[in-house]
Amino acid sequence: MRRQQALVGGMPPPSRIESVVKAIFLTAICLVVVVPFIGVVSTSLASPEQVIKSGGFVLFPTHGIDWSAYKSILSGGTVTQSLLVSGFVTAVGTAIALFLTCTLGWALSRRGSVGNKPLLLLVLISLLFNPGLIPSYLVVQQFGLLDSLWAIILPVSVSAFNVIVVRAYFVGLPAEVLDSARIDGASEWKLFWYIGLPLSKAVVAVVGLFYGVGYWNSFFGALLYLNDSSKWPLQLVLRTYVVNGVEIGAQDLGAAGEALPPQTSIQMAILMISIVPILCVYPFIQRHFAKGVLTGAVKG
Amino acid sequence: MSLFTRLRRDYPVLLLAIPGLLIIFAFHYFPLWGNVIAFQDYQPYLGVGKSLWTYLGNFSTIVDGDPEFLNAVKNTLVLTAIQTVIVFPAPIVVALVLHSLLSNRIRQFVQTVIYLPHFMSWVIVVAVFQQMLGGTGMINNWLRSHGYDPIHVIGNADAFRALLTSQVMWKDTGWATILFLAVLSQIDRSLYEASAVDGASRWKQTWHVTLPGMKPIIILLLILKLGDSLTVGFEQIILQQSAVGAEVSEVLDTYVYNNGILGGDWGTSAAVGLVKSVVALTLVLGANKLAHRLGEEGVYRG
Repeated sequence: MRRQQALVGGMPPPSRIESVVKAIFLTAICLVVVVPFIGVVSTSLASPEQVIKSGGFVLFPTHGIDWSAYKSILSGGTVTQSLLVSGFVTAVGTAIALFLTCTLGWALSRRGSVGNKPLLLLVLISLLFNPGLIPSYLVVQQFGLLDSLWAIILPVSVSAFNVIVVRAYFVGLPAEVLDSARIDGASEWKLFWYIGLPLSKAVVAVVGLFYGVGYWNSFFGALLYLNDSSKWPLQLVLRTYVVNGVEIGAQDLGAAGEALPPQTSIQMAILMISIVPILCVYPFIQRHFAKGVLTGAVKG
Repeated sequence: MSLFTRLRRDYPVLLLAIPGLLIIFAFHYFPLWGNVIAFQDYQPYLGVGKSLWTYLGNFSTIVDGDPEFLNAVKNTLVLTAIQTVIVFPAPIVVALVLHSLLSNRIRQFVQTVIYLPHFMSWVIVVAVFQQMLGGTGMINNWLRSHGYDPIHVIGNADAFRALLTSQVMWKDTGWATILFLAVLSQIDRSLYEASAVDGASRWKQTWHVTLPGMKPIIILLLILKLGDSLTVGFEQIILQQSAVGAEVSEVLDTYVYNNGILGGDWGTSAAVGLVKSVVALTLVLGANKLAHRLGEEGVYRG
């Protein structure tokens, strides 16, 4: 025998050099991801003096924490307004999208019912092509949805991919449970609502989180369809004030007449309020998603 | 069973399918009709019904090679090439390193960190990059305060492609490891054990066991990528285009948006969009066929 050392997962143990190189590599990657976020949080919370002294950006707030940037953007005005819009779009959009996706997924999971195969094919084929920018715009225009929040909710409310994921889960539900309920006279709707959905909470939650993140982050639909800036979601406001660097004046904020915090602090605070909701749901997504995406990919 | 009895039996199922199908139909299939304006001199105030037909006139932009259009094609292909050569392999490397870790805890920690940027919108990613690399950004502040010259990245046309590439990598390299890690965990462990008994080093095992095990997923993803090769970073570029100009930043999708919806040249833009969609669909189907020829699974069978 040439090798007596224990194999780990079928491989000889790593050499010391290999371990060190990997440790450096992974630490570097993690720092590249995390440091920018720390910079954003710190700048949004640093005291005005420190921000001005450091020339704009702060890696650690050393002069105490100052919430004035958040107060100024959340006390009414453009940013507050857009936050409400984004909240509305995300909540209503996610509810509608979940309902449509789950009912369709459920119907497609009833193999052997009339038209099941052609309808499934119809959904699958829609994954293969994209209608294109101009045709989509014309349709939204034709439906009279321009400058309406429905224009950013409805077109993306059924993702064929999510329908397939949900369907795959429904197909896997134990047939005996559904059959016995059917024998007891439960209608299709009752089967779906009282048995199918409660048994599928995990996948419904993940798909819901995905729609939620999608709606919260949606930017281009709003740019395309909404001219009226009072209907702009947070992402468009973020683009205007942070990416394009348009100066934020007192008239854009609720705090007219007061001394404003430094521009960079306000910008970073806007950036933070668009990031925080994602950070809040991220642990749930992270826990459930790796499984969800794979069932979809494997069984689809 | 006759169709009628089956309908009577199954209509509650169909009722449940209808709302979702309506949305797919309205926003995915119905818009296909809008492509007719590719053959018209479309004027919004006339609508599709009254606009004049130009038949293939709009396609002359493509056939005759309008310089702006060609520039968009060039930029699209260059970016796609960069993304295939540099961006695509990155998550494979990261996944291999993560997979080789002995500690589950460290692996999960790193995964949690590197998946995060995927969930940030492009607006956030672009904003964060400006923070870090902009003229008054964190890195330049640090360089200046330590007596070095600042680097000029944001708004610099020469650095634009590098900037786009690094943004894509920052956002999605971590997330893209998921599929590779899933495949890696399914490679038969006995293959490793057998090769180790035969005296293979870790490096040799990676080369002769791990990579062949990943071949199907790599081919599958390359096929999908080929189908997407005319679509690069639309939102990402729209956000940053004004700072660097069209010369380096215009791609096919931004061309359609800028000329059609902003510029009012609806017919030509629709024609470009239509050709792009048809080419993309052909590429996917063709690449899938090629994969089958090579004896791989591909995206679907048929």
